[in-house]
Amino acid sequence: MRNSRALHIYTWVVVAWLTLPVAVMIAFGFNDTPGRYNQTWEGFTLKWYGRVFGIDALTEALLVSLVIAIITAVVAGALGTGIGYALGRYRFRGSGTVNLILFAAMSAPELVMGASLLTLFVSMGVGLGVTTISVAHIMFSISFVSVVVRARVLTLDRSLEEAAADLGATGWTTFWRVTFPLILPAVGSGMMLAFALSIDDFVVTNFTAGTTVTFPLWIWGATRVGLPPQVNVMGTLIFAVGVLIAVLSGVRSRPRRRRG
Amino acid sequence: MSRLRRNLAPYLLVLPGGLWLLLFFAVPMITMLSLSLQQGDIVNGYAFTGHWQTYVDAIGNYRTQLFRSLLYGAIATIALIVLAFPVAYWIAFYGGRRKATYLFLLLLPFFVSFVLRTISWRQILTDEGPVLGPLKDIGLLGDSFHVLGTPFAVIAGLVYNFLPFMVLPVYVALERIDPRVIEAARDLYADPATAFRKVILPLALPGVFAGVLMTFVPASSDYVNSAVLGSSSTTMIGQVIQAQYLATADYPTASALSFVLMAVLLIGVFTYARALGTEDVMKVAAR
Repeated sequence: MRNSRALHIYTWVVVAWLTLPVAVMIAFGFNDTPGRYNQTWEGFTLKWYGRVFGIDALTEALLVSLVIAIITAVVAGALGTGIGYALGRYRFRGSGTVNLILFAAMSAPELVMGASLLTLFVSMGVGLGVTTISVAHIMFSISFVSVVVRARVLTLDRSLEEAAADLGATGWTTFWRVTFPLILPAVGSGMMLAFALSIDDFVVTNFTAGTTVTFPLWIWGATRVGLPPQVNVMGTLIFAVGVLIAVLSGVRSRPRRRRG
Repeated sequence: MSRLRRNLAPYLLVLPGGLWLLLFFAVPMITMLSLSLQQGDIVNGYAFTGHWQTYVDAIGNYRTQLFRSLLYGAIATIALIVLAFPVAYWIAFYGGRRKATYLFLLLLPFFVSFVLRTISWRQILTDEGPVLGPLKDIGLLGDSFHVLGTPFAVIAGLVYNFLPFMVLPVYVALERIDPRVIEAARDLYADPATAFRKVILPLALPGVFAGVLMTFVPASSDYVNSAVLGSSSTTMIGQVIQAQYLATADYPTASALSFVLMAVLLIGVFTYARALGTEDVMKVAAR
Protein backbone atom coordinates (compact mmCIF):
# COMPACT_ATOMS: atom_id res chain seq x y z
CA MET A 1 0.00 0.00 0.00
CA ARG A 2 2.84 2.36 0.82
CA ASN A 3 4.36 1.57 -2.57
CA SER A 4 1.23 2.65 -4.38
CA ARG A 5 1.18 5.92 -2.42
CA ALA A 6 4.73 6.65 -3.57
CA LEU A 7 3.82 5.81 -7.17
CA HIS A 8 0.77 8.03 -6.93
CA ILE A 9 2.90 10.99 -5.87
CA TYR A 10 5.45 10.15 -8.57
CA THR A 11 2.71 10.14 -11.23
CA TRP A 12 1.65 13.62 -10.15
CA VAL A 13 5.26 14.83 -10.22
CA VAL A 14 5.54 13.60 -13.82
CA VAL A 15 2.25 15.30 -14.73
CA ALA A 16 3.53 18.53 -13.16
CA TRP A 17 6.81 18.25 -15.09
CA LEU A 18 4.92 17.68 -18.34
CA THR A 19 2.63 20.67 -17.83
CA LEU A 20 5.25 23.12 -16.47
CA PRO A 21 6.24 24.55 -19.89
CA VAL A 22 2.56 24.88 -20.80
CA ALA A 23 1.96 26.84 -17.59
CA VAL A 24 4.94 29.09 -18.34
CA MET A 25 3.66 29.69 -21.87
CA ILE A 26 0.19 30.63 -20.59
CA ALA A 27 1.59 32.85 -17.81
CA PHE A 28 3.81 34.88 -20.14
CA GLY A 29 0.81 35.64 -22.33
CA PHE A 30 -0.33 37.81 -19.40
CA ASN A 31 3.06 39.44 -18.91
CA ASP A 32 3.06 43.26 -18.91
CA THR A 33 6.25 43.52 -20.94
CA PRO A 34 6.87 46.80 -22.77
CA GLY A 35 7.95 45.30 -26.09
CA ARG A 36 9.02 42.11 -27.76
CA TYR A 37 11.29 41.01 -24.93
CA ASN A 38 9.21 38.52 -22.98
CA GLN A 39 11.64 36.66 -20.74
CA THR A 40 11.14 38.20 -17.29
CA TRP A 41 7.92 38.82 -15.38
CA GLU A 42 6.83 42.47 -15.38
CA GLY A 43 3.30 42.23 -13.95
CA PHE A 44 -0.15 41.10 -14.99
CA THR A 45 -1.94 42.46 -18.04
CA LEU A 46 -4.63 41.46 -20.50
CA LYS A 47 -3.42 43.83 -23.21
CA TRP A 48 -1.88 41.08 -25.38
CA TYR A 49 -5.27 39.42 -25.67
CA GLY A 50 -6.57 42.64 -27.17
CA ARG A 51 -3.62 42.85 -29.53
CA VAL A 52 -3.44 39.15 -30.38
CA PHE A 53 -3.63 39.87 -34.12
CA GLY A 54 -1.25 42.83 -33.87
CA ILE A 55 1.54 41.18 -35.86
CA ASP A 56 0.36 40.71 -39.44
CA ALA A 57 2.95 38.09 -40.43
CA LEU A 58 2.11 35.98 -37.39
CA THR A 59 -1.64 36.20 -38.00
CA GLU A 60 -1.10 35.23 -41.62
CA ALA A 61 1.06 32.27 -40.57
CA LEU A 62 -1.70 31.07 -38.24
CA LEU A 63 -4.27 31.35 -41.05
CA VAL A 64 -2.00 29.39 -43.41
CA SER A 65 -1.68 26.68 -40.73
CA LEU A 66 -5.45 26.54 -40.26
CA VAL A 67 -6.13 26.27 -44.00
CA ILE A 68 -3.58 23.46 -44.39
CA ALA A 69 -4.94 21.63 -41.33
CA ILE A 70 -8.50 21.78 -42.69
CA ILE A 71 -7.42 20.53 -46.14
CA THR A 72 -5.41 17.75 -44.44
CA ALA A 73 -8.30 16.70 -42.19
CA VAL A 74 -10.76 16.51 -45.10
CA VAL A 75 -8.54 14.75 -47.66
CA ALA A 76 -6.69 12.44 -45.25
CA GLY A 77 -10.07 11.77 -43.57
CA ALA A 78 -11.55 10.55 -46.85
CA LEU A 79 -8.53 8.58 -48.07
CA GLY A 80 -7.75 7.10 -44.66
CA THR A 81 -11.37 6.06 -44.09
CA GLY A 82 -11.29 4.13 -47.39
CA ILE A 83 -8.17 2.21 -46.37
CA GLY A 84 -9.33 1.69 -42.78
CA TYR A 85 -12.74 0.41 -43.87
CA ALA A 86 -11.25 -1.98 -46.45
CA LEU A 87 -8.77 -3.38 -43.91
CA GLY A 88 -11.38 -3.77 -41.20
CA ARG A 89 -14.12 -5.29 -43.34
CA TYR A 90 -12.57 -7.35 -46.16
CA ARG A 91 -9.99 -10.11 -46.37
CA PHE A 92 -8.10 -9.46 -49.56
CA ARG A 93 -4.82 -10.24 -51.22
CA GLY A 94 -2.34 -7.46 -50.54
CA SER A 95 -3.86 -6.36 -47.24
CA GLY A 96 -0.61 -7.36 -45.51
CA THR A 97 1.35 -5.03 -47.79
CA VAL A 98 -1.08 -2.19 -47.08
CA ASN A 99 -0.68 -2.77 -43.33
CA LEU A 100 3.09 -2.76 -43.72
CA ILE A 101 3.08 0.53 -45.66
CA LEU A 102 0.84 2.15 -43.03
CA PHE A 103 3.18 0.95 -40.30
CA ALA A 104 6.26 2.18 -42.21
CA ALA A 105 4.70 5.59 -42.83
CA MET A 106 3.89 5.95 -39.14
CA SER A 107 7.30 4.90 -37.88
CA ALA A 108 9.62 6.44 -40.50
CA PRO A 109 11.60 9.41 -39.15
CA GLU A 110 9.81 12.66 -39.96
CA LEU A 111 13.13 14.11 -41.01
CA VAL A 112 13.59 11.47 -43.70
CA MET A 113 10.00 11.83 -44.93
CA GLY A 114 10.37 15.59 -45.21
CA ALA A 115 13.79 15.37 -46.83
CA SER A 116 12.75 12.77 -49.39
CA LEU A 117 9.66 14.78 -50.33
CA LEU A 118 11.88 17.80 -50.83
CA THR A 119 14.11 15.82 -53.22
CA LEU A 120 10.98 14.67 -55.11
CA PHE A 121 9.58 18.19 -55.43
CA VAL A 122 12.95 19.64 -56.40
CA SER A 123 13.66 16.99 -59.02
CA MET A 124 10.18 17.45 -60.50
CA GLY A 125 10.63 21.21 -60.50
CA VAL A 126 7.52 21.79 -58.37
CA GLY A 127 7.37 25.12 -56.54
CA LEU A 128 7.10 24.76 -52.76
CA GLY A 129 4.18 26.26 -50.86
CA VAL A 130 0.75 25.57 -49.37
CA THR A 131 0.11 22.77 -51.92
CA THR A 132 3.32 20.86 -51.21
CA ILE A 133 2.86 21.26 -47.44
CA SER A 134 -0.72 19.92 -47.71
CA VAL A 135 0.42 17.00 -49.87
CA ALA A 136 2.99 16.11 -47.22
CA HIS A 137 0.60 16.49 -44.28
CA ILE A 138 -2.06 14.36 -45.98
CA MET A 139 0.62 11.72 -46.63
CA PHE A 140 1.61 11.31 -42.98
CA SER A 141 -1.98 11.64 -41.69
CA ILE A 142 -3.54 8.90 -43.86
CA SER A 143 -2.05 6.06 -41.78
CA PHE A 144 -3.32 7.52 -38.50
CA VAL A 145 -6.87 7.96 -39.83
CA SER A 146 -6.77 4.42 -41.31
CA VAL A 147 -5.72 2.86 -38.03
CA VAL A 148 -8.44 4.67 -36.05
CA VAL A 149 -11.17 3.73 -38.56
CA ARG A 150 -9.92 0.13 -38.92
CA ALA A 151 -10.14 -0.35 -35.14
CA ARG A 152 -13.75 0.84 -35.15
CA VAL A 153 -14.80 -1.29 -38.15
CA LEU A 154 -13.26 -4.40 -36.56
CA THR A 155 -15.45 -4.01 -33.47
CA LEU A 156 -18.66 -3.27 -35.37
CA ASP A 157 -21.62 -5.48 -34.61
CA ARG A 158 -22.28 -7.19 -37.96
CA SER A 159 -25.77 -8.26 -36.91
CA LEU A 160 -26.98 -4.67 -37.36
CA GLU A 161 -26.03 -4.78 -41.04
CA GLU A 162 -27.54 -8.25 -41.40
CA ALA A 163 -30.75 -6.95 -39.87
CA ALA A 164 -30.82 -4.15 -42.44
CA ALA A 165 -30.27 -6.65 -45.25
CA ASP A 166 -33.00 -8.90 -43.87
CA LEU A 167 -35.37 -5.96 -43.95
CA GLY A 168 -34.66 -5.62 -47.65
CA ALA A 169 -32.07 -2.82 -47.70
CA THR A 170 -29.59 -2.93 -50.60
CA GLY A 171 -25.86 -2.99 -49.87
CA TRP A 172 -25.61 0.68 -50.74
CA THR A 173 -28.52 1.70 -48.48
CA THR A 174 -27.18 -0.47 -45.65
CA PHE A 175 -23.82 1.21 -45.89
CA TRP A 176 -25.09 4.78 -45.78
CA ARG A 177 -27.98 4.23 -43.35
CA VAL A 178 -26.39 1.74 -40.93
CA THR A 179 -22.64 1.23 -41.33
CA PHE A 180 -21.54 4.79 -42.00
CA PRO A 181 -23.34 6.34 -39.00
CA LEU A 182 -21.71 3.67 -36.84
CA ILE A 183 -18.17 4.43 -38.02
CA LEU A 184 -18.73 8.20 -38.17
CA PRO A 185 -17.35 8.85 -34.65
CA ALA A 186 -14.10 7.10 -35.66
CA VAL A 187 -13.93 9.10 -38.90
CA GLY A 188 -14.43 12.23 -36.80
CA SER A 189 -11.66 11.33 -34.35
CA GLY A 190 -9.37 10.42 -37.27
CA MET A 191 -10.01 13.80 -38.89
CA MET A 192 -9.39 15.62 -35.61
CA LEU A 193 -6.15 13.69 -35.19
CA ALA A 194 -5.11 14.66 -38.73
CA PHE A 195 -5.98 18.30 -38.00
CA ALA A 196 -3.91 18.24 -34.79
CA LEU A 197 -0.93 16.53 -36.44
CA SER A 198 -1.00 19.03 -39.28
CA ILE A 199 -1.33 22.25 -37.28
CA ASP A 200 1.52 21.23 -34.96
CA ASP A 201 3.87 19.80 -37.57
CA PHE A 202 7.26 21.43 -37.80
CA VAL A 203 9.80 19.01 -39.29
CA VAL A 204 8.06 17.89 -42.48
CA THR A 205 6.73 21.42 -43.01
CA ASN A 206 10.22 22.84 -42.61
CA PHE A 207 11.31 20.83 -45.66
CA THR A 208 8.26 21.30 -47.88
CA ALA A 209 7.35 24.95 -47.22
CA GLY A 210 9.78 26.91 -49.37
CA THR A 211 9.12 30.54 -48.46
CA THR A 212 5.62 29.88 -47.09
CA VAL A 213 5.38 30.37 -43.33
CA THR A 214 3.10 28.37 -41.02
CA PHE A 215 2.51 29.02 -37.30
CA PRO A 216 5.27 26.65 -36.04
CA LEU A 217 7.66 27.90 -38.75
CA TRP A 218 7.06 31.52 -37.75
CA ILE A 219 7.81 30.67 -34.12
CA TRP A 220 10.97 28.85 -35.19
CA GLY A 221 12.10 31.84 -37.25
CA ALA A 222 11.41 34.30 -34.43
CA THR A 223 13.21 32.30 -31.73
CA ARG A 224 16.52 34.06 -32.21
CA VAL A 225 15.06 37.56 -31.79
CA GLY A 226 12.71 36.50 -29.00
CA LEU A 227 9.07 35.49 -29.10
CA PRO A 228 6.49 38.28 -28.80
CA PRO A 229 3.67 37.76 -26.23
CA GLN A 230 1.20 37.29 -29.11
CA VAL A 231 2.71 33.83 -29.67
CA ASN A 232 1.92 32.92 -26.05
CA VAL A 233 -1.62 34.19 -26.44
CA MET A 234 -2.21 32.23 -29.65
CA GLY A 235 -0.63 29.15 -28.10
CA THR A 236 -2.90 29.52 -25.09
CA LEU A 237 -6.01 29.93 -27.24
CA ILE A 238 -5.15 26.88 -29.38
CA PHE A 239 -4.48 24.92 -26.18
CA ALA A 240 -7.81 26.00 -24.67
CA VAL A 241 -9.82 25.12 -27.79
CA GLY A 242 -8.06 21.74 -28.12
CA VAL A 243 -8.65 20.81 -24.49
CA LEU A 244 -12.28 21.96 -24.69
CA ILE A 245 -12.97 19.83 -27.76
CA ALA A 246 -11.26 16.83 -26.19
CA VAL A 247 -13.19 17.17 -22.92
CA LEU A 248 -16.53 17.68 -24.67
CA SER A 249 -16.06 14.70 -26.99
CA GLY A 250 -14.89 12.61 -24.01
CA VAL A 251 -17.99 13.51 -22.01
CA ARG A 252 -20.25 12.82 -24.98
CA SER A 253 -18.78 9.41 -25.73
CA ARG A 254 -18.75 8.22 -22.13
CA PRO A 255 -22.43 7.20 -21.62
CA ARG A 256 -22.35 5.40 -24.97
CA ARG A 257 -19.37 3.33 -23.89
CA ARG A 258 -21.14 2.28 -20.70
CA ARG A 259 -24.13 1.04 -22.62
CA GLY A 260 -21.91 -1.04 -24.90
CA MET B 1 -21.86 -8.96 -61.13
CA SER B 2 -22.40 -8.13 -57.47
CA ARG B 3 -19.80 -10.76 -56.57
CA LEU B 4 -17.28 -9.09 -58.83
CA ARG B 5 -18.07 -5.76 -57.25
CA ARG B 6 -17.59 -7.35 -53.83
CA ASN B 7 -14.18 -8.64 -54.78
CA LEU B 8 -13.16 -5.30 -56.20
CA ALA B 9 -14.53 -3.23 -53.33
CA PRO B 10 -11.49 -3.40 -51.00
CA TYR B 11 -9.14 -2.47 -53.83
CA LEU B 12 -11.25 0.48 -54.89
CA LEU B 13 -11.35 1.68 -51.28
CA VAL B 14 -7.62 1.32 -50.78
CA LEU B 15 -6.66 2.75 -54.17
CA PRO B 16 -6.82 6.55 -53.61
CA GLY B 17 -5.05 6.55 -50.24
CA GLY B 18 -2.66 3.82 -51.32
CA LEU B 19 -1.72 5.76 -54.43
CA TRP B 20 -1.11 8.86 -52.33
CA LEU B 21 1.22 6.92 -50.01
CA LEU B 22 2.98 5.34 -52.98
CA LEU B 23 3.53 8.67 -54.72
CA PHE B 24 4.49 10.75 -51.69
CA PHE B 25 6.02 8.21 -49.32
CA ALA B 26 7.57 5.38 -51.35
CA VAL B 27 8.59 7.21 -54.55
CA PRO B 28 10.38 10.06 -52.69
CA MET B 29 12.56 7.48 -50.93
CA ILE B 30 13.69 6.21 -54.34
CA THR B 31 14.23 9.77 -55.59
CA MET B 32 16.35 10.45 -52.54
CA LEU B 33 18.41 7.29 -53.01
CA SER B 34 18.99 8.23 -56.64
CA LEU B 35 19.89 11.82 -55.78
CA SER B 36 22.44 10.63 -53.22
CA LEU B 37 24.34 8.96 -56.07
CA GLN B 38 24.23 11.97 -58.37
CA GLN B 39 26.67 14.79 -58.83
CA GLY B 40 26.11 18.41 -59.75
CA ASP B 41 24.55 21.46 -58.18
CA ILE B 42 21.18 23.09 -57.92
CA VAL B 43 21.88 25.65 -60.66
CA ASN B 44 23.30 23.38 -63.36
CA GLY B 45 21.30 20.32 -62.45
CA TYR B 46 22.31 16.86 -61.38
CA ALA B 47 23.49 13.83 -63.31
CA PHE B 48 23.46 10.23 -62.14
CA THR B 49 27.05 9.04 -61.80
CA GLY B 50 26.73 6.30 -59.17
CA HIS B 51 29.07 8.35 -57.04
CA TRP B 52 29.45 6.22 -53.89
CA GLN B 53 32.22 8.51 -52.68
CA THR B 54 29.51 10.88 -51.42
CA TYR B 55 28.58 8.28 -48.82
CA VAL B 56 32.19 7.74 -47.78
CA ASP B 57 32.77 11.49 -47.42
CA ALA B 58 29.46 12.13 -45.67
CA ILE B 59 30.04 9.42 -43.08
CA GLY B 60 33.66 10.48 -42.66
CA ASN B 61 32.79 14.14 -42.13
CA TYR B 62 29.80 13.68 -39.88
CA ARG B 63 30.44 10.47 -37.97
CA THR B 64 30.71 12.43 -34.69
CA GLN B 65 27.23 13.89 -35.10
CA LEU B 66 25.82 10.57 -36.28
CA PHE B 67 27.27 8.70 -33.32
CA ARG B 68 26.17 11.44 -30.92
CA SER B 69 22.59 11.30 -32.23
CA LEU B 70 22.39 7.54 -31.70
CA LEU B 71 23.91 7.91 -28.24
CA TYR B 72 21.51 10.69 -27.21
CA GLY B 73 18.61 8.71 -28.70
CA ALA B 74 19.63 5.57 -26.79
CA ILE B 75 20.13 7.38 -23.48
CA ALA B 76 16.81 9.20 -23.89
CA THR B 77 15.04 5.91 -24.69
CA ILE B 78 16.46 4.17 -21.61
CA ALA B 79 15.54 7.16 -19.44
CA LEU B 80 12.05 7.06 -20.97
CA ILE B 81 11.55 3.40 -20.05
CA VAL B 82 12.70 4.03 -16.47
CA LEU B 83 10.59 7.18 -16.03
CA ALA B 84 7.48 6.02 -17.88
CA PHE B 85 7.09 2.49 -16.54
CA PRO B 86 6.09 3.46 -12.96
CA VAL B 87 3.56 5.98 -14.29
CA ALA B 88 2.00 3.45 -16.66
CA TYR B 89 2.05 0.85 -13.89
CA TRP B 90 0.33 3.08 -11.37
CA ILE B 91 -2.38 4.23 -13.79
CA ALA B 92 -3.01 0.67 -15.04
CA PHE B 93 -3.27 -0.97 -11.61
CA TYR B 94 -4.30 1.84 -9.27
CA GLY B 95 -5.93 4.41 -11.57
CA GLY B 96 -9.38 3.01 -10.82
CA ARG B 97 -12.16 5.01 -12.42
CA ARG B 98 -9.85 7.95 -13.10
CA LYS B 99 -7.59 6.13 -15.57
CA ALA B 100 -8.85 8.18 -18.51
CA THR B 101 -8.32 11.42 -16.59
CA TYR B 102 -4.69 10.58 -15.79
CA LEU B 103 -3.97 9.63 -19.42
CA PHE B 104 -5.58 12.87 -20.51
CA LEU B 105 -3.34 14.85 -18.13
CA LEU B 106 -0.29 13.15 -19.64
CA LEU B 107 -1.43 14.18 -23.11
CA LEU B 108 -2.18 17.77 -22.09
CA PRO B 109 1.14 19.20 -23.39
CA PHE B 110 0.30 17.92 -26.87
CA PHE B 111 -2.24 20.67 -27.21
CA VAL B 112 0.70 23.06 -27.41
CA SER B 113 2.99 23.11 -30.43
CA PHE B 114 6.12 20.95 -30.11
CA VAL B 115 8.40 23.89 -31.01
CA LEU B 116 6.67 26.19 -28.53
CA ARG B 117 7.00 23.68 -25.67
CA THR B 118 10.71 23.26 -26.34
CA ILE B 119 11.24 27.04 -26.45
CA SER B 120 9.32 27.28 -23.17
CA TRP B 121 11.90 24.96 -21.61
CA ARG B 122 14.66 27.22 -22.79
CA GLN B 123 12.97 30.12 -21.02
CA ILE B 124 12.70 28.06 -17.83
CA LEU B 125 16.28 26.78 -17.90
CA THR B 126 18.03 29.94 -19.03
CA ASP B 127 21.04 31.03 -16.95
CA GLU B 128 19.30 33.81 -15.02
CA GLY B 129 15.86 32.25 -15.32
CA PRO B 130 13.29 31.25 -12.70
CA VAL B 131 15.11 28.03 -11.77
CA LEU B 132 18.81 28.78 -12.00
CA GLY B 133 18.60 32.47 -11.03
CA PRO B 134 17.44 32.00 -7.40
CA LEU B 135 19.77 29.03 -6.87
CA LYS B 136 22.68 31.18 -7.99
CA ASP B 137 21.56 34.12 -5.85
CA ILE B 138 21.64 32.05 -2.67
CA GLY B 139 24.97 30.59 -3.70
CA LEU B 140 23.88 26.99 -4.17
CA LEU B 141 25.19 27.08 -7.71
CA GLY B 142 28.25 28.82 -9.07
CA ASP B 143 27.75 31.75 -11.47
CA SER B 144 29.28 29.78 -14.31
CA PHE B 145 26.83 26.90 -13.88
CA HIS B 146 24.44 26.44 -16.77
CA VAL B 147 22.09 23.81 -18.11
CA LEU B 148 21.40 25.11 -21.61
CA GLY B 149 23.92 24.04 -24.19
CA THR B 150 24.81 20.84 -22.37
CA PRO B 151 24.05 17.29 -23.53
CA PHE B 152 21.87 16.98 -20.41
CA ALA B 153 19.56 19.76 -21.63
CA VAL B 154 19.20 18.16 -25.06
CA ILE B 155 18.53 14.66 -23.72
CA ALA B 156 16.13 16.01 -21.09
CA GLY B 157 14.30 17.84 -23.87
CA LEU B 158 14.03 14.62 -25.89
CA VAL B 159 12.76 12.72 -22.84
CA TYR B 160 10.26 15.47 -22.10
CA ASN B 161 8.88 15.62 -25.62
CA PHE B 162 8.52 11.87 -26.13
CA LEU B 163 7.40 10.71 -22.64
CA PRO B 164 3.71 10.18 -23.51
CA PHE B 165 4.77 7.99 -26.47
CA MET B 166 6.38 5.61 -23.98
CA VAL B 167 3.72 5.78 -21.24
CA LEU B 168 0.79 4.98 -23.55
CA PRO B 169 1.97 1.69 -25.14
CA VAL B 170 3.33 0.41 -21.81
CA TYR B 171 0.03 1.34 -20.18
CA VAL B 172 -1.95 -0.51 -22.87
CA ALA B 173 0.14 -3.66 -22.33
CA LEU B 174 -0.17 -3.48 -18.52
CA GLU B 175 -3.88 -2.71 -18.65
CA ARG B 176 -4.52 -5.93 -20.59
CA ILE B 177 -2.99 -8.09 -17.88
CA ASP B 178 -5.66 -10.18 -16.21
CA PRO B 179 -5.40 -9.50 -12.43
CA ARG B 180 -6.13 -13.19 -11.85
CA VAL B 181 -2.79 -14.08 -13.44
CA ILE B 182 -1.02 -12.04 -10.77
CA GLU B 183 -3.21 -13.52 -8.05
CA ALA B 184 -2.31 -16.98 -9.33
CA ALA B 185 1.38 -16.13 -9.04
CA ARG B 186 0.81 -14.94 -5.47
CA ASP B 187 -1.18 -18.09 -4.64
CA LEU B 188 1.79 -20.11 -5.86
CA TYR B 189 3.92 -18.30 -3.24
CA ALA B 190 5.66 -15.80 -5.51
CA ASP B 191 6.64 -12.76 -3.46
CA PRO B 192 5.65 -9.38 -4.99
CA ALA B 193 9.09 -8.87 -6.53
CA THR B 194 9.07 -12.29 -8.18
CA ALA B 195 5.52 -11.86 -9.41
CA PHE B 196 6.55 -8.55 -10.92
CA ARG B 197 9.67 -9.98 -12.56
CA LYS B 198 8.19 -13.26 -13.80
CA VAL B 199 4.62 -12.25 -14.65
CA ILE B 200 4.11 -8.52 -15.08
CA LEU B 201 7.39 -7.64 -16.77
CA PRO B 202 7.22 -10.29 -19.55
CA LEU B 203 3.62 -9.33 -20.27
CA ALA B 204 4.59 -5.65 -20.43
CA LEU B 205 7.48 -6.21 -22.85
CA PRO B 206 5.46 -5.85 -26.09
CA GLY B 207 4.33 -2.46 -24.80
CA VAL B 208 7.89 -1.44 -23.98
CA PHE B 209 8.93 -2.59 -27.44
CA ALA B 210 6.24 -0.47 -29.10
CA GLY B 211 7.30 2.45 -26.91
CA VAL B 212 10.94 2.09 -27.93
CA LEU B 213 9.92 2.06 -31.61
CA MET B 214 7.86 5.19 -31.10
CA THR B 215 10.60 7.08 -29.24
CA PHE B 216 14.08 5.93 -30.32
CA VAL B 217 13.59 6.68 -34.01
CA PRO B 218 12.16 10.20 -33.60
CA ALA B 219 14.55 11.04 -30.74
CA SER B 220 17.66 10.05 -32.70
CA SER B 221 16.59 11.97 -35.79
CA ASP B 222 15.32 15.05 -33.93
CA TYR B 223 16.87 18.44 -34.55
CA VAL B 224 14.54 20.78 -32.69
CA ASN B 225 15.73 19.95 -29.18
CA SER B 226 19.43 20.17 -29.97
CA ALA B 227 18.91 23.41 -31.89
CA VAL B 228 16.84 25.09 -29.15
CA LEU B 229 18.39 23.63 -25.99
CA GLY B 230 21.88 22.66 -27.14
CA SER B 231 25.04 24.26 -28.41
CA SER B 232 27.59 23.58 -31.12
CA SER B 233 28.99 20.75 -29.02
CA THR B 234 25.64 18.92 -28.99
CA THR B 235 24.91 19.14 -32.74
CA MET B 236 22.88 16.14 -33.86
CA ILE B 237 22.76 14.56 -37.31
CA GLY B 238 19.27 15.96 -37.93
CA GLN B 239 20.65 19.49 -37.71
CA VAL B 240 23.39 18.61 -40.21
CA ILE B 241 20.88 17.12 -42.65
CA GLN B 242 18.52 20.08 -42.23
CA ALA B 243 21.31 22.58 -42.85
CA GLN B 244 22.64 20.64 -45.85
CA TYR B 245 19.19 20.63 -47.45
CA LEU B 246 17.89 24.06 -46.55
CA ALA B 247 20.99 26.23 -46.11
CA THR B 248 23.87 24.93 -48.24
CA ALA B 249 21.62 22.98 -50.67
CA ASP B 250 24.13 20.15 -50.94
CA TYR B 251 21.43 17.66 -51.89
CA PRO B 252 23.59 14.60 -52.66
CA THR B 253 25.38 14.76 -49.28
CA ALA B 254 22.14 15.48 -47.42
CA SER B 255 20.37 12.59 -49.17
CA ALA B 256 23.25 10.23 -48.44
CA LEU B 257 23.22 11.23 -44.76
CA SER B 258 19.43 10.77 -44.55
CA PHE B 259 19.82 7.29 -45.98
CA VAL B 260 22.64 6.38 -43.63
CA LEU B 261 20.57 7.61 -40.69
CA MET B 262 17.54 5.61 -41.77
CA ALA B 263 19.61 2.49 -42.45
CA VAL B 264 21.32 2.69 -39.05
CA LEU B 265 17.98 3.20 -37.29
CA LEU B 266 16.41 0.29 -39.16
CA ILE B 267 19.35 -1.97 -38.33
CA GLY B 268 19.13 -0.87 -34.71
CA VAL B 269 15.41 -1.56 -34.52
CA PHE B 270 15.73 -4.97 -36.19
CA THR B 271 18.67 -6.05 -34.03
CA TYR B 272 16.64 -5.06 -31.03
CA ALA B 273 13.66 -6.96 -32.41
CA ARG B 274 15.78 -10.08 -32.92
CA ALA B 275 17.04 -9.86 -29.37
CA LEU B 276 13.50 -9.61 -28.06
CA GLY B 277 12.04 -12.29 -30.29
CA THR B 278 10.37 -11.69 -33.63
CA GLU B 279 6.96 -12.77 -32.37
CA ASP B 280 6.56 -9.58 -30.38
CA VAL B 281 7.58 -7.52 -33.38
CA MET B 282 4.93 -9.14 -35.52
CA LYS B 283 2.37 -8.49 -32.81
CA VAL B 284 3.34 -4.84 -32.68
CA ALA B 285 3.42 -4.55 -36.46
CA ALA B 286 0.02 -6.18 -36.77
CA ARG B 287 -1.57 -3.77 -34.33
